[in-house]
Amino acid sequence: MTTAAAMASLVVMGLIAIFLFVKAWPAMHQAGWHFFTRFQWDPDGAPALYGVASAVYGTVVIAIIALVVALPISIGTALYINEYAPRRAQRILVSLVDLLAAIPSVVFGLWGRDVLNKPLSDISAFLYKYFRFVPIFHTKALFFGNSFFVCGIVLALMIVPIITAISRAVMAEVPRPYCEAALALGGTKAGMIKEVIFPFSKGGLVGAAMLGLGRALGETIAVALILSINGNIMTNILAPGGSAIAGLIAVKFGEASVNGRSALLGAGLVLFLLTLVVNLVARLVVTRSRPPKGATK
Amino acid sequence: MSITMSPAHNIESAAVNERTVDAALRAEGISCWFGKRKVLEDVNLVMERNTVVALIGPSGCGKSTFLRTLNRMHELTPTAALAGAVYLNDVDIYGPELKASVTRQRIGMVFQKPNPFPAMSVRENVLSGLKLTGTKVGNSEELVQWALLKASLWEEVKNRLDAPGGSLSGGQQQRLCIARSLAVKPEVLLMDEPCSALDPTSTRRVEETISEIADDITVVIVTHNMQQAQRVSDTCAFFLAEENRPGHIVESGLTEQMFTNPADPRTNDYVNGRFG
Ligand SMILES: Nc1ncnc2c1ncn2[C@@H]1O[C@H](COP(=O)(O)OP(=O)(O)OP(=O)(O)O)[C@@H](O)[C@H]1O
Ligand SMILES: [Mg+2]
Repeated sequence: MTTAAAMASLVVMGLIAIFLFVKAWPAMHQAGWHFFTRFQWDPDGAPALYGVASAVYGTVVIAIIALVVALPISIGTALYINEYAPRRAQRILVSLVDLLAAIPSVVFGLWGRDVLNKPLSDISAFLYKYFRFVPIFHTKALFFGNSFFVCGIVLALMIVPIITAISRAVMAEVPRPYCEAALALGGTKAGMIKEVIFPFSKGGLVGAAMLGLGRALGETIAVALILSINGNIMTNILAPGGSAIAGLIAVKFGEASVNGRSALLGAGLVLFLLTLVVNLVARLVVTRSRPPKGATK
Repeated sequence: MSITMSPAHNIESAAVNERTVDAALRAEGISCWFGKRKVLEDVNLVMERNTVVALIGPSGCGKSTFLRTLNRMHELTPTAALAGAVYLNDVDIYGPELKASVTRQRIGMVFQKPNPFPAMSVRENVLSGLKLTGTKVGNSEELVQWALLKASLWEEVKNRLDAPGGSLSGGQQQRLCIARSLAVKPEVLLMDEPCSALDPTSTRRVEETISEIADDITVVIVTHNMQQAQRVSDTCAFFLAEENRPGHIVESGLTEQMFTNPADPRTNDYVNGRFG
């Protein structure tokens, strides 16, 4: 049963990869290795330039920002629901999180662009003013917003519900006898969380984070709506500009020529492989960090 | 400090009435509920310092529930409610002077099913209480050895202190749990059927451990094994839940007396294996 399902998903994945590869081949063949190293994107120029480097770079940067922001919020929320919230509030909070997870990303994206961009730009200005000695906050452009930073924060909000939901479930699975043992030794709740809940659910938490990361990597619409794509590789995260694969595809696909489409599908292939690797690594980490044998339920 | 025992209200034995005891732990008027259901009613019990107190009675009469009220584990059950008071050296553990975590540090607990932290090594398990309570010790190796010796486990594990706690046998795991509890130097140790998952040999070893640690600390043990109660305990309390009546203490007193000359016929029946 599960084997059949696994086989089916393998076949589907294989077919997608083949489809992407075949479609992307003309552009990738033409550009050669430059496809991965070049960062200009001008499929219809003369000569045609297809380089996904800046898009890959932006994708990773945005996803990392999203994860760094989302992870503590999610795990904190999950712990609050599991260990601190009054019993009646618990159930309400759980359904609230599920509800948030069901909000379509386009809503988040529009909200990010129309509502959050302004205050986040102000925060960017603040970060620039006081922390510009940190390279990622340093920029020559003196306006902010529509940036990696704004994109990352909006994506963070987008993936908080799913990471919260998964990590909450994972941490609720920690066998109660071990939690009780920790408390019976005189441990505080915080001590129990640190010494029992985290070690036990480490694998699941990494899995939850990776899943969130996978989502952040592939989230098209928010990036398309927020980021003002210019194809630069930027070390700062506050100024407008940069690129990201998902956003690039969403923004450029409609108006693209045959060449352009082939190149965009090539970018899609790269994204596909990127998320595949993230997920495989997540799997590996999760299975590696299972509690050892002898753990009783 | 000595106080005159105020024994369970329904006990008749004059001999017990007049004993003078130094109470390490004293439960007064304990009633417990799970949701709306009352499972314990007005339980009074004095647990004398450095003795072993056995709680006996048929399944479901509230022994575990009572035990868990003695170190504030009861309140961890979401639906649980409690009335009455528990005094540790005359300080109410439910009062403002004591935090739950401090109470539990001073009144340890060993559970029915061995539950050493499986990812931690034997050594880390013994020291886990210190880590959890943020206690620093000068010589942790010495403490590990001391606790494992006390729990009669040292000889078996001294060469594998870095092996995971989960790799020990069931009996060894339980003694590791005892060592872990002892390492935080509690004044009282509560044990809920600590041998029910163990083979006879391991049971013997745990019983020896109990007798030994009772030199310095007070032990309260729940057991279904009448021989065990006789072997290890100094005093005994017989719990019973009857139709339309939540769990309560029928009789309590010196173990010897409870087993040879109980005041209540129901106690007599139970200790002689005629019901429950
Ligand atoms: N978490 C709980 N929620 C609801 N009811 C409970 C809970 N724990 C115990 N009870 C009920 O309280 C009563 C007393 O249970 P308790 O576990 O204290 O009995 P016990 O004397 O320890 O029994 P045993 O000898 O089988 O361990 C039982 O009727 C049981 O069903
Ligand atoms: Mg019980």
